[in-house]
Amino acid sequence: MVWSRPVHPSLLLAENSSSPGASHSGAKLIDALLPASAAGIIELLSPVPPGWGGTLLLGLLHSIEIAVGATCLGLLIGTCGAYGKLYGGPVVRDLLAVYTTVVRAVPELVLILLLYYAGTDLINQLLTAMGYQRIDISGLVAGIAVLGFVQGAYSTEVIRGAILAIPQGQIEAARAYGMSPGLLLRRITLPAMLPFAIPGLANLWLIATKDTALLAVVGFFELALATRQAAGVTKAYFTFYVAAGALYLMLSLFSNLILGRVEAWSRRGMPSVKEAR
Amino acid sequence: MAGEATVINVAARTSLWLQPHRIVLILIALALVLGAAFFMRWDWLPQYYQMGLVGIWRSLWILAVTCFLGFLLAVPLGLAQAAGPFWFSAPAKAFCTVIRGTPLLIQLWLLYYGLGSLFPQYPWIRESWMWPYLRQAWPYGVLALTLSFAGYEGEVMRGAFAGVPKGQLEAARAFGMSRWKIFRRIWLPQAIYRALPTLTGETVLQLKSTPLVATISVIDIFAVSSKVRQDTYLTYEPLLLLALIYMAITGILVFAFSRIEARIPNKIG
Repeated sequence: MVWSRPVHPSLLLAENSSSPGASHSGAKLIDALLPASAAGIIELLSPVPPGWGGTLLLGLLHSIEIAVGATCLGLLIGTCGAYGKLYGGPVVRDLLAVYTTVVRAVPELVLILLLYYAGTDLINQLLTAMGYQRIDISGLVAGIAVLGFVQGAYSTEVIRGAILAIPQGQIEAARAYGMSPGLLLRRITLPAMLPFAIPGLANLWLIATKDTALLAVVGFFELALATRQAAGVTKAYFTFYVAAGALYLMLSLFSNLILGRVEAWSRRGMPSVKEAR
Repeated sequence: MAGEATVINVAARTSLWLQPHRIVLILIALALVLGAAFFMRWDWLPQYYQMGLVGIWRSLWILAVTCFLGFLLAVPLGLAQAAGPFWFSAPAKAFCTVIRGTPLLIQLWLLYYGLGSLFPQYPWIRESWMWPYLRQAWPYGVLALTLSFAGYEGEVMRGAFAGVPKGQLEAARAFGMSRWKIFRRIWLPQAIYRALPTLTGETVLQLKSTPLVATISVIDIFAVSSKVRQDTYLTYEPLLLLALIYMAITGILVFAFSRIEARIPNKIG
């Protein structure tokens, strides 16, 4: 097997930039590149068409959309999964154990590829088998489904732990009042488990925002892919990746701020963590 | 007595596996595996298995090196945040926040495409001994994964250092130990004991991050499976095998760490 030796992109760039008579002077080269710094960066990142800022922001919007959708789907799967693991029959419990173990042991990148191809393929085969036309599944829906499936495994464990942390007397008391399971879930279990689940779920939200970047590998347009396109066209790799990193970081920090408030709200009326220690 | 206990333990464990519904589930799983083995195409395996082994070896090598270097970096990061003065703790905290707040893929691409495109402008770098390494992809992958591991583990080590009871350190000081000796004999070992359970999880997460280096043309096991997919136009077989390989490595890692953890006295602090 002969492998083509991976060539670093910088080499290509170096050859391009050193071609017009810059054979001996590095200083000239730097002079040629530096004016592009201050004014050029602003121009590159400006949100109107010659700049690529708008593309990046659109990518960020898509990333946030997917992260929100995946987290919601993950919460739904997680709640059902936690209920199945805690109260389900032996078969349901074992199947859920397989689900959470496998998803947490296989890299997200592999899962995304596998579910992306398998999922779209399966749906299309089902449709053709039932006599419908094949459909093109939008990247948004596929991305949300795939990431949601992955998030579901993690949130199953988080929510299961949170439900176990509720003093069992509360649930027993609710049963003794004759509450139906639905009412019990809505009035007692979900609100009571929230303070225990929020830190873990907050972590999962942050992971979801970062995992959206992996969808770039299957060609879905979000922040990472937008950055890659912008950097590829303008050759300003460093600028654009730093800009994308800054956008992701801002999203994370902003989420932290909001999630801190949500956690404080969910713990209202409970002794503070610091006092308990 | 101990032998008796293990016999009972083993009996209990086997009986757990031999519940009727589990037998059915195991049979179904076996049928699925056999069905996959017979009805899917595996004729590409002999041609590619050597490449696959090299890929697995490279993934494991990257995992080991980045975890080791990342941990070495995480200790000062954690120490600076737990006990350092402001001008040490603030940069360490900023580093951890940035690493944990941005996707690894972006960090990787920033280093490889971004930083890599800046280097050739400087002739002294192109003439230095580092240049042959900087032209390849793997140093950037190793660097990105190391920094990422250090960022996540630095936060864990901060908690671990802060969690060592003050009395232990005061007692060590009362024994007249020097600061370095206190750190080496008392503080660091106890912090590592505390961090070890999370270390398992972090290492598995790190393993799951290694396929990202395939996006910058490092040929690890993920890249090998992509090549198989391109060459043979098969979608599922290489990916399923890849998932199986990662699951096996995860299982081995978890088992190995549980053995290490079992050797550590659990009465700490």
